[in-house]
Formats: sequence, C-alpha cells, structure tokens
Amino acid sequence: MGPVVGQLIDLLAALLLMLAFAMITQRRILSLIHLFTVQGAILAAATAVVGWATHQPHLYFSAGITVVLKVIAIPLLLHRVVNRLNVRWDVETLINVPTTMLIGIALVIFSFNLALPISQLASTIARGTLGIALACVLLSFLMMITRSKAVPQIIGFLSMENGLFFAATAATYGMPMVVELGIALDVLVGILILGVFMFQIREQFDSLDIRHLEKLKED
Amino acid sequence: MDVSALGVVSQLLEVALALLLAPLLSGWVAQCRAWLQNKSGPGLLQPYRALHKLFVKESVVAHHASPLFRAAPYVVFGCTALACAIVPTLSTDLPLAPAADAIALVGLFALARVFVSLAAMDVGTSFGGLGARREMLIGFLAEPALLMVMFSASLISKSTSLTTIVETLAHRDLMIYPSLAFAGVAFTMVSLAENARVPVDNPATHLELTMIHEALILEYSGRHLALIEWAAALKLFAYSCIGIALFFPWGIAQAHAPAAMLLALPALVAKLAAGGAALALLETLSAKMRIFRVPEYLGAAFLLAVIGMLVHILRNA
Amino acid sequence: MSAGSDPSSWLPIDGVLAVVVAWLAIGLAGLPALRRFRVVTTVLFPAGGVAGAVLALIGVAAAFSGPQVAVLPIGLPGLPFHFRLDALSAWFLTVIGAVGAGVSVFASGYFRRGEGTPPGLLCLEYHVFLASMALVVLADDAYAFMVMWETMALSSFLLVTANHRIAEIRRAGYLYLLVAHVGAIGILLCFGVLQANTGDYTFANMRAQSLSPLWASIGFGLAVFGFGAKAGIVPLHVWLPEAHPAAPSPVSALMSAVMLKTAIYGLLRVSFDLLQARLWWWGVVLLGIGLATAIFGVVFAAVQSDMKRLLAYSSIENIGFIVAGIGLALLFSAYGMAALAALALTAAVYHVAAHAFFKSLLFLGTGAVLHATRERSLGRLGGLIRYMPWVAWLSLAGTLASAGLPPFGGFVSEWLLLQSFLFTPGLPSGFLNMLIPVVAALIALVAALAGYTMVKFFGVIFLGQPREEKLAQAHDAGTMERVGMGWLAAGCVALGLAPTVVIRAIDPVTRRLVGAGLGDAVSASGWLLVPVDVERASYGPALFLLGVAASCALAYALVRRLYHGRIRRAPPWDCGFPAQTARMQDTAEGFGQPIRQIFEPFFRMERQLPSPFDARPRYRVVVGDHFWHWLYLPIAAAVERAARLIGLLQRGRIAVYLLYSFVTLVTVLLVVKR
Repeated sequence: MGPVVGQLIDLLAALLLMLAFAMITQRRILSLIHLFTVQGAILAAATAVVGWATHQPHLYFSAGITVVLKVIAIPLLLHRVVNRLNVRWDVETLINVPTTMLIGIALVIFSFNLALPISQLASTIARGTLGIALACVLLSFLMMITRSKAVPQIIGFLSMENGLFFAATAATYGMPMVVELGIALDVLVGILILGVFMFQIREQFDSLDIRHLEKLKED
Repeated sequence: MDVSALGVVSQLLEVALALLLAPLLSGWVAQCRAWLQNKSGPGLLQPYRALHKLFVKESVVAHHASPLFRAAPYVVFGCTALACAIVPTLSTDLPLAPAADAIALVGLFALARVFVSLAAMDVGTSFGGLGARREMLIGFLAEPALLMVMFSASLISKSTSLTTIVETLAHRDLMIYPSLAFAGVAFTMVSLAENARVPVDNPATHLELTMIHEALILEYSGRHLALIEWAAALKLFAYSCIGIALFFPWGIAQAHAPAAMLLALPALVAKLAAGGAALALLETLSAKMRIFRVPEYLGAAFLLAVIGMLVHILRNA
Repeated sequence: MSAGSDPSSWLPIDGVLAVVVAWLAIGLAGLPALRRFRVVTTVLFPAGGVAGAVLALIGVAAAFSGPQVAVLPIGLPGLPFHFRLDALSAWFLTVIGAVGAGVSVFASGYFRRGEGTPPGLLCLEYHVFLASMALVVLADDAYAFMVMWETMALSSFLLVTANHRIAEIRRAGYLYLLVAHVGAIGILLCFGVLQANTGDYTFANMRAQSLSPLWASIGFGLAVFGFGAKAGIVPLHVWLPEAHPAAPSPVSALMSAVMLKTAIYGLLRVSFDLLQARLWWWGVVLLGIGLATAIFGVVFAAVQSDMKRLLAYSSIENIGFIVAGIGLALLFSAYGMAALAALALTAAVYHVAAHAFFKSLLFLGTGAVLHATRERSLGRLGGLIRYMPWVAWLSLAGTLASAGLPPFGGFVSEWLLLQSFLFTPGLPSGFLNMLIPVVAALIALVAALAGYTMVKFFGVIFLGQPREEKLAQAHDAGTMERVGMGWLAAGCVALGLAPTVVIRAIDPVTRRLVGAGLGDAVSASGWLLVPVDVERASYGPALFLLGVAASCALAYALVRRLYHGRIRRAPPWDCGFPAQTARMQDTAEGFGQPIRQIFEPFFRMERQLPSPFDARPRYRVVVGDHFWHWLYLPIAAAVERAARLIGLLQRGRIAVYLLYSFVTLVTVLLVVKR
C-alpha cells in the first residue's frame, strides 16, 4: 500500500506540472480559468491523499478549504470578472510562445537540479515532489511576467500560490492551521483588490493591456 | 537469435491481422465520428469497399512523372507494413523484432514520409510542393517528440527493443510512472499530428488551403492511391498499437505461450475499439488549428516528452 | 625507412609512404603536360584514383597490426620527420584513400578546358593536397605535422581559387586562407604547451609528459580553437560556406569529406592520445560546442537557395554531430566509464566515414548538375531526374544517407549515439544526468531537420518540372563520373548494411583511445548490430531492408495478379487548375520559409518587400549570418584601427627614422649596462 500511495502522489504532482506548463502555452483566457480550476482540484486531491496516508486529519480541512476557494469561489469570481469586462479575446504575450516554452524547460531543469539534494535530506512521503512544486512556482511566475493582460497575471499569481501550497504539503505535511487560514484570507482579499484594480485600469485606459501602465511614469 | 516455429507463426499472424484490421479501424473511427455528429455514417466496411474500387480502376499518371512517383506507394506500403510487423500486438515473440528497435521504428516512419514527400514534389504542381513542405514540417517536429516518448519508456525498461519494453511494463507489478503520464499526453498529441487528424489536419477536407495529407496524394489514382490509403490506415493502426504497447500492455502474450495469444486477440480488439472511439471523441471536440500554430503544438508535445524524461531522472536520482 | 629494401618485409607504413610518393609523382607528372588536357584527365587522375584505393586497402590491413614508426631524414638537419601508423591513423587513411579514389575518378571526367588554372597545374595541386592530408594523419612530431598542415592549407587554397578570374572566388579563397592560418597559430601554440618546456617536439615525448590541469586545459582549449577553425565549428565557421561553393566540385567534395576530418583527427589525437588528463568539463564544453554547431548548421542549411552553400552548411551540421559525440566520449572517459565512452566514440568515428562518403557523393552530384546546366541557384533548376537519371538516382542514395534514414549509412552513427545517451543515467553528477536527455532531444531535432533539408535539396533540383527552358538540354554524366559516383554510393550503402564489419574495424581505434571497444559484443551476434545485448537494443539493417523490399515486391506481385497493372498518362490534376507553369512550383525559399519563421532569432534577414504601387513588384530576402556582423566585422575594424595607429610611425622624413635608430641604440646600451 505504501509505495502505491507514493506513486499516486507522484502522479498527481506530475499532473500539476503538466497543467502549469499547459497554462504557459494557452492563448485563450477561458481555457486558462478551466486549467486553473482543474489544478485546484488536483491540489485538493493530493492534499487529501497525503492526509490519508500519513493519518493527519487537519490536511482534510486544508483540502476542503482548497476546494471551496480554488475550485468554486475564485473561478466563479474570475468568470464574473471576465464577463463584466468582456475580455474573451486571445491573450497577448510579450515574448512568443515557443520562446516561453524553451525558457520554461530551462526553469524546470533548474528547479529539479535545485531540489535534488534537498529531497534527499527530507523524510516525508512526498519528498520527490519538491522539485516539481518548485518548477510549478517558477513556471507560474514566468506566466505572470510574459502576459500583457491583467487577468492571466492574476491567474499566474494564484497558480504560484498553488505551487507553494503543494510544496508545503509535500515537504512538511502542511502548515499550521493558523498560517493556512491567514494565507487563504490574504489570497481572497488580494483577488478582491486586484478586481478593483482591473476596473480602474479599464476605466483609465479603456483597455486591460498593462503596457498602458507605462504611460504613468515620469518623463 | 533463436527462431521458433511458434515465433514465425505469431509474426505472420500479426502481419496478416494488421493488414486486415487496419481499414476496419479507420472505418470504426469514421463511424464513431459520424455518430457523435448525429449522422448515420458510411458503415464499418466502407474502407474495404473504397480500396476495392480503387484497385479496380486504372491508374492515371502525369505525363512527366518519374519512376520515383510510381515506386513511392509501394515503398510507403512496405515501410508501414514492416512497422506493423515489428510492434508487438499479439505476442512478444517476433523474429523480425531484432531488426529494428524503437529508434529504427521512428526512422522507418521517417523513410515513408520522405518518400511520399519526394513523390509529391515529383509532379511539379503547386499543391505537391505545398503538401511536401507541410508534411516535412510536421515530421521534423513530430519525429523528435515520438523519439523522446520512446526514450521515456526506454529509460524505465532500460532497453529500446519494443518487445523488451512490453515485457517489462506488462509483467511487472502495477506501478504508476509519472513520466509515462507526460509521455502519454505527448504521444497522443504526436499521433494526432502524424496521422493527419483534427486538430492538425482534417482527413475529410477538400479545401486546398487546409490540406496536408490530401495535398501529398492529390496526383495519385487507382491502385497507387489504394496502396497509399491502405498505408495510411496501417500507420494509424501501428500508432494505436504502439500506444497500447507502451501504455496499456496488459494482455500481450509472452514468448512460448500460445494459449495466451488466444486471449490477446480479443484484448487487442477491445483496446483498439476503445482507442478509436476516444480518437473520434477528440476529433469531434477540437477544431482544426491554423497551420502556423502547428509548430507550437508539436513543440509543446516535444517539451512535454522531455519534461517526462527529466521527471523520471529526478525520481530515480 | 624502417624496413630494408626487401619487399617481403614491408610494413604497412612503407606501403602508405609509397602511395604518397606515387601521388606526388603523378602530381609532378602534370607539370610537363601543363596544357595537355587529355593526358591529364585520362591517365593521371585515374592513376591517382587507383593509388587511393590501394591506400584504403593498406589502411584496413594496418588497423589490425600494431603501431609502426618511420623516421625520414627529410626536413631540417637535426629535425627529421617522424611518422607513425597506428589504429587511429589507419582509419583516417582508409577514409582518405577510399573517398579520394572515388573523387579522383570523377575528376578525370569532370575537368573541362579553359577554366582558369591549366590542367597540369591543377593535377599537381590536387595530388599534393591528397598527399599532404595522408601525411598529416601519419605525422608523429609537431614539426612534420605543421609542415604537412600548411601544405594542405596552401594546396587547398590554390585549388579553391582555381577559377581565379572571378572576384568572388578570390575573396572566398582569401577568407579561407586567413581563418586557416588563425587556426594554425592555435595548433602551434597547443603543441608548444604540450611539449612542456622539454624542447622535444615529438608526439612520443608529449605523451610522456604529465601536465598540470591548468596547462592541460589551456592546451585543450588551444587545440579546440585551432582544429575547430579548420573543422568549421561555430563561431569559426564563416569560411566554410564561402570556400566550398567557390571551389570546383571535386575539390569541394574532398575538402568537405576529407579535409574537415583531418581536423577531427587532430582533435582526437590531442585530446585522447597526447593529453593524459581527462577532465569532465572538457567533455561538456565539446558537447555544447558540437550541439551549437549542429543546430546552427542545419538551420542555415534549410534556408539556403544555392545548392553548394546548402551542402556546406550541412557539413557544418555533421561536424557538430561528430564533435558532440567526441565530447560525450570524453565525458564518459573522465568518469571512468570506458564501455560507454567506446560507444560514443564509435558513433563519432563511424560518422566520420559515413559523412565522408555521402557528402562527397552529393557534392559530385552538384558538380555534374553544374556542368550540365551552368546553374547553381536552386531557383533555376528542377526536373533533372528525366534528363540526368544516373546522377539523380546516385544522388538519391546520398540524400537518403544524409537524411539519416535507415538502412543507409548516416543512420547507424545516429543510432549508436542515441544508444549511448540512453545508457547514461549513471553519471555521478545529477546536473549532468538531467542535461543528457535534453542533449539527446536536440540531437533528434537536428537529425529531423537534416531530413527536411535533404528533401528540399533533392526535390528542388531533381524533381518537379524544369524551372528554366534550357534545362531540357542537360546531359547526363559521363562514364568516369558515373564510376566515381557509383563507387561512393556503394560505400554509403555498404556502411549502412554492414555496420558490424565496420565496427570491428573501428574496435582497435577505440581500444587505443579509451581502453574499451565494441568489437567483442558485435562479433558475437553476426549480422545484427547489438552493442550490449539483444534484449537491450538491436538493429539489423540487412533484415530491415529485406523486410521492406519483400513487402514491396509482394504487394506489387499480388496487385498485378489479383487486379491489373494498367496505366494511363495524362496532364497532372492539380485540382483542376487549367493553366500550369513551372513557376507555380515551390521555390527553394518557399520550402525553407517555415524554418525561417520558426527559427527567426538565428538569422539576420534583410527583406525587400513590394509595395502596392510598384509597377514591377519584387520580393527579396537575404539570409545572413549574425556572427559575421557581431564578431568578424568588429574584429576586422579593430585590426584596421590598430594598423592605422601603428602606421603613424611612418613619417616619411629621414630625420625621424634616424631618431628611431638613435633611440633604439641608446636604450640597448642602457639595458646592456645594467
């Protein structure tokens, strides 16, 4: 039973990485939101499996919070934002998609390399997945950097938080409940503020293209 | 390399099965597509009727076509037939298997692709060149991706021989390999591209600007066209069997186990039917993408396969 | 000489030296027949070809005997030439001899009157070139090596500028000579480092030295720079795409097939034989350089519209592949994994031979096309398979081999290299373990792109419809040309179908260099190529070919028997378009357009787009090399600036010159006084 559970966690980790990579290559905002939803679901599943295997019931709560927030609430919010702002068009990227993919591969190699000695020291059941979690974080960061519209940047930020959450679960069996609730609240507030921000940007520049923000600099 | 009588029998059986079942697989996929689109479909045996019709007709060849044009359909057919003979479908006891391992199998498909592209350029029309260029473009991106998928499987089974890979993956204890998950997604993307399916190419299109495979075979007719269509069906069959061998190998008989082969046949048919239905579902759900997006699509498949290999090395480090 | 004049005790090295003397004699015989064209072509060149074939046989025989040494008292007094024939030299001699034979036979049917250099002089330069290459491979001390290297460079320069009346060819030859000498300086400095202050420049002495890692690395770096300049690695490659097209085709064939390999020989000799240290990062550096060169070469080859430039860039790609293989072998050898190092080294050495055969075949094919049509640009060729069938079908063999397709020669080395990548995850360093799959992926990508390029090459030149009216008058190649090309095509096919035999011949080479070899594993399995064990990997090209051929034949026979074989000729269908011209076909630029689009950062493109108001709209794109603008032009500008500053010394007034002498005298006196 032990090794099968370990492989299951590895499989879920691999799916997370695949989704993070797929998000970099996506061009349409609706697909991004769907991918993000699936990522949240997989994250919840992985947390629940780790909780079951290590007999730590508080991880079930974490999984529950993840489902409520990241599979239901935030995607609903994002859909509403997308509908209200009418931003269904193709996503513009600052550097073209193949180059982004190549940089993504380099980041994956880098994070795997970084995680090798650490994972040999750790003693948790999911220690082999630290490199994957780090890669997810870096890939989401890359997505934030290379998109020029606001909504994909928000999704990148949320996806980064997913990666960090998974890293915490993998390495230390989850964070203390207080920290988790605090982070969840921060994320929710952050979303609300970013939503307000987006409306303001839209009103000011008539477009959600963040390159317009450059007009605000001193000259 | 000891060749037993049982081995020869299983080899011949496999080749015959491939040749007979491949048009049926194409027909099944077309039929599933029709059902999903609420149409009544042409019937499962339509590809056989089409092949017979084409063989009966005389072959019309352009005035200035060279012998290469007339020889290419035979070469393509021979290559895909050999590919079907090498991939283990019923059993892993195949005398021809040592002739080509996974890398040579990819090379075999490349050989067929090169000949069909050269034949397309031979007649000197604009569509021939267009089709050749697009086919080589897809090939040059899909071939490394397929090779990397094979390598992922090879790293796990420490061998590039397909029979060994099947034996290792089928007869070990049930293990979930994350690298094979990546390889599976990449393989699906690559086989859609190589077999000229939506979202890369529409096999039923007649609009010139969207053709890839159709543009290559535009000038062929009669028995040459029949051989090429049959070879395309064989290619789809071969790719499906490779997918089954790499990702769902349970049921393939081991060497020296003739009774197990009786089980292997229905298992194969069931898996192919499921795979064909899944293919039809994928085709119906996707839209054909612009030709300029195809390199990105295949590049993503390639990089997914590379990530799969990296994940494998990370886990085993 | 090491043996007396008794013929029964002649060692292979004496045979090699005899062949070299024969080549020099044939060359010198061209001088009295300076303008006697018929003598040169029907007697001298074929004789050179026969000598080449003899050399190949001697090389094969010598591979299995031990190393032999000869000392010739030519050269300066006290500095005789040392020569040594060991397994590595024997392999390269075989390649030089076999390819040289084919090219010489072709050349005897190729050279026409009135092309710049008189034929007798051409014969001399050609045979001196061949002889000097053979002696480079044989040299056992730095002095002999450098003398032969320079002779090789000079004779090839004279051959490249054979049509010296054309300015562009002169320019290409000058660039070639420049880069060759920059490389020669690197090689000379490398030998200086290797002899470690002992003053004895023989290779035997260098082998005995043990250098500190710093000096060994400096020597290695200089060797990579010097030999790399001759081999054409990036960024020292700029002379290749200029010089190879400028030379006459047999010379381009020899340069691309054989001369680049002497640089590979030098690299192998220095890194595996003369340097005793093996540091792992040398292997990584070579691997990186090789990969960069391969990708660069193939991407540029795919967008060329001149057939000889395309082949030149393709040579760059193959050299990159070989260097990557050598790097991998060095890496394994540094970690003590001798068997894997042997696998990678076998792949690289195999590719040396395979590339030599198929590249020379392709260059000779373009030579025949050039003679028949006087066109070099792909935009003005097409449909030649109907008018030049021999050239077309023989070039098809070369094209398929070059694209790395089974069962031809180019596939075996690619297969071996990919196998060595797969056996890797046993390297101690985790980072290197992760790098290896990426490198394998890039090699697969390069191989696939090479296929794309070769389909473009063959398809645009030989298939389709002729793009110009006059192509209908193209004549096929003559007898000698067919024999030469046929010999090389047979070599391509043999290298593809009998890899076990060839690997048994390479076995002594790898045993000498890394201490292990594939010979035993391979001899145990007959016709199948099994590097380790049948369950792990196997490839049987003869069985493969038999399988494909049997399926084709069976299909043909069954269709004819069950149905019929009727054919009707008609105009092409082309979707019913009524008017078709040859201009509606794909151009070479059109075929390369997807590569231009995908790999845009690699190129420096200058585009001239038509506007809607042009009376005669033109579209023009010139694909250039970034290295030329970023590296070579700034260096040239800097050199010019420095020269101008130094030129300030020249005042033209006698008083100033007398002042210089006075200052020098005073300074010397001061120094001496101290």
